[in-house]
Amino acid sequence: MQALRVARRTILQSLPTMIGIILVTFFLLQIMPGDAVDAIVGMSGSASLETVAQLREAYGLDQSLLQQLAHYVMGVATLNFGISINYNAPVLDIILERLPSSLLLMLTAFVLALTSGVIIGWAMAAFASRWPDRLLTSFTLLLYSSPNFWVGLMIIVLFSAKLQWLPSGGAETIGASLTGWDWFADRLSHLILPASALAAFFVAIYARLTRAAMLEVLGQEYMRAAAAKGLHPMLLQFRHGLRNALIPVTTVAGLHLGNLFGGAVVVETVFNWPGLGRLTMDALAARDTPVLLGVLLLTSIVVIALNILIDWIVAWLDPRIAR
Amino acid sequence: MAKDGAEIIESGHAAIGPTALKAPTIRLPKILRDPFFVLASTVLTAVFLMALFADLIYPTDPLDMVAMPFLWPGDEPEFPLGSDQLGRDLAAGIVHGSRASLLVGFASALMGLLIGTTVGSVAGYFGGKVDLALVRLTEIFQTMPTILLIVVILAIGDPSVWLIALSIGLASWPMIARLSRAEFMRLRGADFVVAARGLGYGTPRIILSEILPNALPTITVAASVLVANGILLESAVSFLNLGDPNVVSWGSLIGAGRTEIRTEWYLSGLPGLCIVFTVLSLNIMGDRLTDILNPRSALRG
Repeated sequence: MQALRVARRTILQSLPTMIGIILVTFFLLQIMPGDAVDAIVGMSGSASLETVAQLREAYGLDQSLLQQLAHYVMGVATLNFGISINYNAPVLDIILERLPSSLLLMLTAFVLALTSGVIIGWAMAAFASRWPDRLLTSFTLLLYSSPNFWVGLMIIVLFSAKLQWLPSGGAETIGASLTGWDWFADRLSHLILPASALAAFFVAIYARLTRAAMLEVLGQEYMRAAAAKGLHPMLLQFRHGLRNALIPVTTVAGLHLGNLFGGAVVVETVFNWPGLGRLTMDALAARDTPVLLGVLLLTSIVVIALNILIDWIVAWLDPRIAR
Repeated sequence: MAKDGAEIIESGHAAIGPTALKAPTIRLPKILRDPFFVLASTVLTAVFLMALFADLIYPTDPLDMVAMPFLWPGDEPEFPLGSDQLGRDLAAGIVHGSRASLLVGFASALMGLLIGTTVGSVAGYFGGKVDLALVRLTEIFQTMPTILLIVVILAIGDPSVWLIALSIGLASWPMIARLSRAEFMRLRGADFVVAARGLGYGTPRIILSEILPNALPTITVAASVLVANGILLESAVSFLNLGDPNVVSWGSLIGAGRTEIRTEWYLSGLPGLCIVFTVLSLNIMGDRLTDILNPRSALRG
């Protein structure tokens, strides 16, 4: 019942954002040089003025701006994002084909960043102002300042070129029809480097957040009360300290999902990862506007959906919020 | 209260007095004794000088082929950082590249500050429905994946340094908007604002000359992070080959060296280090400024 109420509230809250994003993409579509018909005509080489006019009519491009907007919103509502000029296939199909592998990379990086960030941040708070804290603070500051694609290239040099431990690109070994455990190990070995490169920056963010939240919690009265009743220090740190510190960290983590998706686009090109990043770059090169805007719109929808999920997790961590 | 504090410090000094007498040393101001701060300001000064005098240090076009290809750093004293696959001097590229990185970093930060402060101050000052609408607007831009939004904006026109700065500014203002909104909400009920209203000052005057100067310190600190962020995003854009092909930047150097990454890794490694050090210095500056402007955060950690 409680979960349902949280769900309804968060979904209702994200509706205006959703509509806003649709409006922004429509606006961007309008100011793009050339329209879908120009692109089709350009692909076919030559076309008479009548054919161009006919195509414009067929695509509804001769209508007023408001009608076009209504048309666009209806299309998005029915999951019709238009036809790709480059692939001559529905944009939705093309994107959905690539989305799982981008999501895999992004969510692996997210989990990696959150867990290691929380562990590092907790250690920083536990040793606050002593040398382990200073060392880890410098380390996170370094991670926070490194471009993710450069980190990716450098770990390719180290772990792939020099040590030859891990593959430097792709999502799996091509042509090796592996099954079961071998298949899993192969996929995992391809995932480790890109996920680490993408996670690096966010490890730093989450570690700094956890440290601040943990220090805040450690100063609370209930922590002193729990210590006074003789609770084991470990239980005190984890069940009373970390659990409460995780609430602000999880909330803010959701705010960075958009950035994480953006970072995935760049990291994917470094590692030849077959996801939305490469699709975006190809679409940009081919001036495939429907695909470009479709990627922007769909990734935004995914970010909103993941944020709803995070709201649930926060409500579970802190039952007061659900009320 | 303040007097008590001063006395504690005095007595503290008295306790270490004898040792201090033995070795009288010149006490540097506290901020200059912080190695991180010294490192950061040195790096930033060096990068600024590099960008300013790039044409004097390396008068020739950094895109010219001047050396044997694939010289390693240190191979030839004339080309201290080596050369790339086309025999272009890497040191010249790095010196000239600092211009694009700094220019885009600062221009995009200015852009982000302008939009963010406007949206945030209006939302925070008026509250209510205006606030709700502007918070929604901020959320929209925060939800869209940053790089994707930049890429789509870059698809609109020919890539120039200014369009890149504009696109980064458009993608990174939400952080400033949230911050200045919070500041304006905090300050709008302050006594001096109520007094200004009582004197019959107009709304624009209250926002611009009463509240804004008081909110500025917090926003300035965030601006250093915004510049750092702008440099990182610019490097990503030019790494992806979306920048102006005739302008060298650190990101484009990394992108150009990428094909030889397995053997000649210094070609991507060294420009990357420049980015890391510059961004790191800006972030350290931001951290220290926060400590100075808000001493309580320094006490907490």
